[in-house]
Amino acid sequence: MRITRTVAGRSRRVAVLATTGLTASALLLTGCSSDDSDSNESSDANGKITLTVADFGQFGYKEAGLFEKYHELHPNITVKEDTTADEKVYYPKLLQQLNSGSGLADVQGLEVGRIKELVDTKADQFADLSKVIDVNEFVSWKEKQATTPDGKVIGAGTDIGPMSLCYNTELFKKAGLPTDRKEVAAKISGGWEDYLKLGEEYKKKAPKGTYFMDSASAMFNAVVSSNAKQYYDESGKPIYKDSPSVQQGWNLAAEAADKKLTQGLAQFSDPWKAALRKSTMATVVCPAWMAGQISVNAGDANKGKWDITTAPGATAANWGGSFLGVPKSGKHVEEATKLVKWLTAPEQQAAVFKAIGSFPSNKGAYDLPDVKNATLPYFNDAPIGQIYADEAKSIPEAILGPKDAAIKDTISTQINNMEQRGTAPDDAWEAATKAIDKVIG
Amino acid sequence: MATSTPTRDAYAPPPRGSQRKPAPRRQNWRSRLWRFDDKASPYAYIAPFFLVFGAFGLYPLIYTGWIALHRVEMTGMNQMEWVGWENFDKILHDSEFWTAVSNTFVIGVMSTVPQLLVALGLAHLLNYKLRASTFWRTVILTPYATSVASAALVFALVFRADGGLLNWALHFIGLGDTNWANGHWTSKIAISVIVIWRWTGYNTLIYLAAMQAVPSDLYEAASLDGASRWQQFRKVTIPSLRPTILFTIVISTIGSMQLFGEPLLLEGGTLGATGGNENQYETLSVYLYNYGWNLGHLGPAAAVAWAMLALLLLIAAVNWLIGRYVRKSAV
Repeated sequence: MRITRTVAGRSRRVAVLATTGLTASALLLTGCSSDDSDSNESSDANGKITLTVADFGQFGYKEAGLFEKYHELHPNITVKEDTTADEKVYYPKLLQQLNSGSGLADVQGLEVGRIKELVDTKADQFADLSKVIDVNEFVSWKEKQATTPDGKVIGAGTDIGPMSLCYNTELFKKAGLPTDRKEVAAKISGGWEDYLKLGEEYKKKAPKGTYFMDSASAMFNAVVSSNAKQYYDESGKPIYKDSPSVQQGWNLAAEAADKKLTQGLAQFSDPWKAALRKSTMATVVCPAWMAGQISVNAGDANKGKWDITTAPGATAANWGGSFLGVPKSGKHVEEATKLVKWLTAPEQQAAVFKAIGSFPSNKGAYDLPDVKNATLPYFNDAPIGQIYADEAKSIPEAILGPKDAAIKDTISTQINNMEQRGTAPDDAWEAATKAIDKVIG
Repeated sequence: MATSTPTRDAYAPPPRGSQRKPAPRRQNWRSRLWRFDDKASPYAYIAPFFLVFGAFGLYPLIYTGWIALHRVEMTGMNQMEWVGWENFDKILHDSEFWTAVSNTFVIGVMSTVPQLLVALGLAHLLNYKLRASTFWRTVILTPYATSVASAALVFALVFRADGGLLNWALHFIGLGDTNWANGHWTSKIAISVIVIWRWTGYNTLIYLAAMQAVPSDLYEAASLDGASRWQQFRKVTIPSLRPTILFTIVISTIGSMQLFGEPLLLEGGTLGATGGNENQYETLSVYLYNYGWNLGHLGPAAAVAWAMLALLLLIAAVNWLIGRYVRKSAV
């Protein structure tokens, strides 16, 4: 009789109570996710209003203190920012909110890889900014991306991503390569093939455990972005299978993977950040905002070891950059458009550049001292204002398509497979096209 | 007797007929209302469930089916274009769909089988006389009380290739440097571990409850006959638990069919949404999510949802057949 009924009477009742209590709390814990519905009033009797700004990643307004400044200038307006870290999470949510017409902020951030799709399908839900902002103030191609065929502008340009090359001077020195900005630029002036040649040169004498580049998908992206024709043609037809820029980028990526010039790390992943900290990558393709990423992740220990030079080849590329749009359904559309105009004006874009390194799309900012004379101490005092402003001038006007962002991600995944798993280029390309056909639908 | 007669009259209910005749019309109406109340009220009591089910269960189900027959994009949900079976055709010819089906199945087996076996063993142990048994029973349910998201995120740290807790521990015995999420089998193992960790306690308590309902004289008789504990477990406990075991299998099957949070969060980001860079741990739910929310094609996503329902019904039918067989052979 050692076995059988163990708990009797009172203690069993306690057990039952305990388990039901725990189950109930478990249900509460799992079932009730946060339900903090925004009950804050957006305006009160005194005419004070709160404007909400929803964005993703790092727009830099908080870092530059712009919302407080705006509140000082307009005491009746308070600006609240709601930031989603990952744009891939942000965008589906934005689409759902646009579909249902509720939950939208007064100002919404729009990513360049999505702007075409929004212009095509959701333009009627955004306020027309063409009369509020002067589109000619921006770099020539920027506002065209956010303009509908009938001339409506749904987004005001924030930053752009003129591309340069960041390199680790310490690793370059150890591998017997020149470290001077101009000399490095001269070595890769012929284009991305030169860049790979430099990589092979690097590999011959490279310090153990280091690689020439962080990820071939970044190079692919740079190659494609330096062409006007990317994944779609002018009529909106997807042409990525025959697009010369995609082919060139893919072949270069395959070559880099084959020659093991790349560490094969997905950018912004934790291993990638760790690799920056440990200084195992000699070069990183560097859109303006990337400098901030490198300095933050590589840390103070690597200060002064990095430098910036112009990207390979003669044509510059643009990577990234966003817009601010004002949904029509908001309660304070007029105030919101004013805020957007102010945020995208030269002074404010310069302030953001100073704070986090996102390069202005408003040409007026290029002559401001904060931009023109900007140098980065972390990058050996590289004159970034000058480098990026020069790059920005030669960026071609890209033809955008509705699924640019998703196509780019899909190809990046397959490039990663070539680097990390040694997937044969043909197999990877087949997998990529299959997945992209699904993306395009 | 003489005294009891009037008393009995007073207590006994009056004969039905005698009361009905003098009753006015109002009384009649009232009794009809009463009878109506008697018949209708139960329906009213259970109505809330069916109303809620209709609004949040049945309607979405049917609407999903409707969407599955259309071309609907996330970017223009008000524009629907009839395409018939095209969406089903599309997913059935998509190799990724079949990868997801097999992944779901493999992960389901890999997580359910050990989970239920361990739960059975734990329940058996908890059924012994233990000090502070309530404490142990409560503790065993705590993993279940954590949210999928936090559990998956913590385990993502454990299974991380670079600086992960597990690799760090394996390093000491000369192993390590396994890129858990990257491998076809290792990623499935990692996800199964999260599932097992979360659900074992839940099943343990169900088994424990069922074990406590087993009549103690069975054990007494068995031990008088000289049966060891293991024999008692095999010959008394398991047969008594058969219906419960079947129940947990059904529940676990449904649960593993809907496996979503764990694979999505194992690596997170783009890789999570496609179940790894070669879809090595993409389950059907993740496939559905990716199709609908990442790619924005709601038609095929809805078709996947219906395919999942069909698969579940198929599994339920198999379960039912097995259950019938088990019950027959038990008799």
